[in-house]
Amino acid sequence: MAVIRDVMPAFELAQPNSIADAQKLLEQQGENGWVLAGGMDSFDWLKDRIKKPKVVVDLSGIAELKGVRATADGIEIGAMTTLTEVVEHAVIREKYKLLAESAELVASPQIRNQGTLGGNVSQDARCWYYRAGWPCYRAGGNICYADTPEGRNREHAILHADRCVAVNPSDSAPALIALDAKFVIRTSKGERMVDAEDYFIGPEIDITRLHILKPGDLLTAIRIPSTWAGARFYFEKVRDRNVWDFPLLNVASAMVVSSGSIERIRIAVNGAAARPLRLKVVEDAVRGKPPNAATGEMAGKLAVMGAVPLQFNAYKIPLMRNLVKRAIGGVQEAAWTS
Amino acid sequence: MDFLEWARNPWGQNVPIHIAWFLIWVAAIAGLLFLMVHATYIRYFAKARAFANSDSPVVAARIPEHVPRHSLTARLFHWVMATSMFTLLFTAFLPKVGLQFDWVTYHWIAGSVLTVSILFHIIHASFFMGFWSIWPDRIDLRDARRRILRFVGKPAPPPDRFAKYPLENKLYHGAIIAAGLSSIVTGVFMMFRVRTIFFPRYPYLFRDMTWGLMYVLHGLVGVGLIALIMMHVYFGLRPEKRAITKSMIFGWMSRDFYLNEHDPARWPVEASASPSRSQGARTEG
Repeated sequence: MAVIRDVMPAFELAQPNSIADAQKLLEQQGENGWVLAGGMDSFDWLKDRIKKPKVVVDLSGIAELKGVRATADGIEIGAMTTLTEVVEHAVIREKYKLLAESAELVASPQIRNQGTLGGNVSQDARCWYYRAGWPCYRAGGNICYADTPEGRNREHAILHADRCVAVNPSDSAPALIALDAKFVIRTSKGERMVDAEDYFIGPEIDITRLHILKPGDLLTAIRIPSTWAGARFYFEKVRDRNVWDFPLLNVASAMVVSSGSIERIRIAVNGAAARPLRLKVVEDAVRGKPPNAATGEMAGKLAVMGAVPLQFNAYKIPLMRNLVKRAIGGVQEAAWTS
Repeated sequence: MDFLEWARNPWGQNVPIHIAWFLIWVAAIAGLLFLMVHATYIRYFAKARAFANSDSPVVAARIPEHVPRHSLTARLFHWVMATSMFTLLFTAFLPKVGLQFDWVTYHWIAGSVLTVSILFHIIHASFFMGFWSIWPDRIDLRDARRRILRFVGKPAPPPDRFAKYPLENKLYHGAIIAAGLSSIVTGVFMMFRVRTIFFPRYPYLFRDMTWGLMYVLHGLVGVGLIALIMMHVYFGLRPEKRAITKSMIFGWMSRDFYLNEHDPARWPVEASASPSRSQGARTEG
């Protein structure tokens, strides 16, 4: 069991000042390397002495990884851009408010000042059995302590559970999926770009990671195309403590309405599975329909099809149904139902 | 170097959780080395095989052109088992060596198919086939001794020709029984830890140590099967064994191969009405 000792295990600290150097260092270190972005996830692991990397690669000195830049088709946000910068950036607030809203609901102001967008989407699962250092599936073992008759699993998955039932805790991830963002990854083979939804993986693919980054890989930037700029956005996060908490569930949608009907839509939820889920079935079902309570009702029911509650998280099913309903039908029109 | 991976459970006990995955490569390399050594030996050093006794022309004349060896049911079982076994190995180990995909579902489905096919085979072999034909008998052991003595250059009479299955086949079958049943039994229990259509999850069926040992046994048998299957495929592809492989596809082997390798006294084959066809001939399975 983890004991917070506040004294991190000894490691070598590398502070590269370019993406190329950072990637090279990470590639050299492989499994022994650790990427340090804002540190909001890393320092928990290190202080609890559960993760003991030999080399920590601190990205804070790499200017290329910071800031928001305009591109030919939208914007590019450096992976080390803080959440506060994302929240306050004028272009993001004007055109991609969905991302600003989601980032603004991450944790507390202090954490947003330090935490980065890249870190927020790449952070590890918050399941306390896993974070406590127990040898669960996600830690390389052969059991899920949360998915047991007595397991405390109120915050855990209702969809796509596969041995591990931990969920992805990111608030910005569903917003980026709804905005059709692309994640830029630097690997030993060069640079590649993946759709936001493909950046995240579930336990059925790799039970020890929440994203596709392998040792030696580095997320460098997130590009948001102008496709959804200025669309009708909706973001809602439900958490136990409104001042500062991880999401129990959140929903993000981007919608273009034309002549009273939904012309285009992208919608994603997080906190329901080990990866943020883009609800393609819902998107297909509501396209061409009016964004009203009836459509929202139908969308909500579709969204939770196949959901399997654990011992203590059945509440997540009506919660997700209602969040999707409100994202489609609007808060006023789509009344909350249990 | 640790062959097992250990972890400390919530009760402070050190328990094994699974094998060290480098054993996958150990098994693959061991299998490959065996193939290379065997192929080299056969190519450059092996003497021509010699068997005792030969059949009278009367006996030879009674043997049909196509000697039935495996019934359609036996062949279907073999290929179903082979498909499920390959699926099990690929789904188990490819993700461990870097090719990631949704493997668990395919793995337990293939495991279920293997389990059902093995149960069928046990019944089929026990009641509808020559059950003892796959187990070593006294002549096999005597001939094995003779073959070893001749191999090391000591005087010994030539061995008899084989019964339906050569001793190597029988020993391989025994190894597959041990590995297969171990993986099936442990695999069925491990299915209590994942969501399947068969029974509700119950991860507390055993203590952590028992679970750990079960995962270790499953893993050891799994990597062992990598080497075993490599050998099986290799022998199946070797030119001198091709007649046996073909018999697992078409059900029969040629009269010449039968008379060269098998002893009609130990594996009797009844003549068919038509010497050119084997459909009327009876086989043990």
